[in-house]
Amino acid sequence: MELKIKYLLQIADNAMIIGHRLSEWCGHGPILEQDIAMTNIALDHLGLARNLYQYCARLEGGGKTEDDYPYKRDVRKWRNLLLCEQDNGDFGKTITRQFLYDTFNLQFLTALQDSHDEHLAAIAAKSLKETTYHLQYSGDWMIRLGDGTEESHDRIQKSVNDLWMYADESFLESEADRWALNEKIGVDLNALKLPTQNNRTEILKEATLQIPESGWTQQGGKEGKHSEQLGYILSDLQFLQRAYPNSVW
Amino acid sequence: MEAHLEKRFQDKIDQEIKIEPKDWMPEKYRKTLVRQISQHAHSEIVGMLPEGNWITRAPSLKRKLGLLAKVQDEAGHGLYLYAAAETLGVERADLVADLHSGKAKYSSIFNYPTMTWADIGAIGWLVDGAAIMNQVPLCRCSYGPYARAMVRVCKEESFHQRQGFEIMMTLCNGTTEQKEMAQDALNRWWWPSLMMFGPNDDESPNSKQSMAWKIKRFSNDDLRQKFVDVTVEQAKHLGINIPDPDLNWNEETQHYDFGEIDWEEFWNVVKGNGPCNKARLDARNKAHDEGAWVREAAVAYAEKKRKRKEKVA
Ligand SMILES: [Fe+2]
Ligand SMILES: [Fe+2]
Repeated sequence: MELKIKYLLQIADNAMIIGHRLSEWCGHGPILEQDIAMTNIALDHLGLARNLYQYCARLEGGGKTEDDYPYKRDVRKWRNLLLCEQDNGDFGKTITRQFLYDTFNLQFLTALQDSHDEHLAAIAAKSLKETTYHLQYSGDWMIRLGDGTEESHDRIQKSVNDLWMYADESFLESEADRWALNEKIGVDLNALKLPTQNNRTEILKEATLQIPESGWTQQGGKEGKHSEQLGYILSDLQFLQRAYPNSVW
Repeated sequence: MEAHLEKRFQDKIDQEIKIEPKDWMPEKYRKTLVRQISQHAHSEIVGMLPEGNWITRAPSLKRKLGLLAKVQDEAGHGLYLYAAAETLGVERADLVADLHSGKAKYSSIFNYPTMTWADIGAIGWLVDGAAIMNQVPLCRCSYGPYARAMVRVCKEESFHQRQGFEIMMTLCNGTTEQKEMAQDALNRWWWPSLMMFGPNDDESPNSKQSMAWKIKRFSNDDLRQKFVDVTVEQAKHLGINIPDPDLNWNEETQHYDFGEIDWEEFWNVVKGNGPCNKARLDARNKAHDEGAWVREAAVAYAEKKRKRKEKVA
């Protein structure tokens, strides 16, 4: 049970944190239409997170609620990938982060549809439809910015280079990943690596961008070892729940 | 000729036939609409900022999703309204430039700060509530594209109003601190909300022509009165007090009497001296300026793509 919750939280926390990051754009986007589109995507991620936290609360019982997970855990208990918590930077950095995540997530959710946990499989199937659109969005913008102006090309190339060390953490197996694969609840992350990387290569090529040489991969998110950024996200996210404990909102 | 056209135009309006973009219209009618619709659009966009301020700090998943979706709706309203304005022969980019330079106005209510979470409830309840009072009659506005845009907008605004009231209700049913937070928000947002209906009727010289053209259907004071009557009852339901010692039910008029609005404050904020006028415009300009390279890239890419297609063909 403990490992199952850990496994679900890995997925939920990714969605929660990347959705939170995207929601920071709302009202500040470069184009009104893109503001709306990014908020749509943020809503999808946060909706997925909520579904999964609800599921965790139901499994754990004991009066747990969906809000206990995002609002009452400190940094070390979060299991999201380091990629998801990286700051928005400029629009190009946000798009690059989303693109790296979406390419992984598409493969991941496709495989997760076959989970022997029927509830999880159903959640994955619903999210997969959304993720297909997310990748369309981030992929199109990678190409537009990469093959746009000289300035946009340089900016997005820099973002690709800067975020590359977070690109492959998703494929490293945690204890929960191994357990879930064994129980046929989870997916084989190793099998996702090649299709994800092919997908990335194809789009980066079309975007006329250089693929960085694979180097060191930052890791630790799944085990609760985070960058300094997550603490600041949580101090915003959890402010009211911490300042006024035991209140209904 | 002009007099004949003008008579036909007014006849149509009197018969409640909608004016459409290609129809003849007096220049002043067109200008009035461009000003009103663009100000309305700007208000939707600037209005995203005070509420957006709490998206990352919303206290639960439900509230975070609700607020995010609400602020997104406002962006959508801005889009429909800019599109409606464009049917009158103006360009969105020019209208937006006027907003950013400070030339165009937007609703002054958004120049007040959102300090606590209860402000999000109060804005939904009072500001969206006042907006609905103003906007429901606009669904029957004589100009077709504006009227149709307002039908969509109003549906969403009434959802926002209910969501805001529900946030207030939850706070009022909560701890002492939460209820104090709700009362404090009402204290700060009440008078600015009444100001949203604009100057008193005898101070509002353009209203008469707008009424004749059926751009406006009710006077500022009538709408304000309606808002007060409805909202006082809702405040009672919440168990919090309207911050107006002169508020009294008047048996004779069957309306609430209420105190004098501080018009000096109103004009002061309109002139740019509100607590957040500068912050709002700075935020809009920052988003626009920092987005310039993205917009340029999108144009450049579209151009390249078009040329490549031509080559192939
Ligand atoms: Fe609106
Ligand atoms: Fe609204």
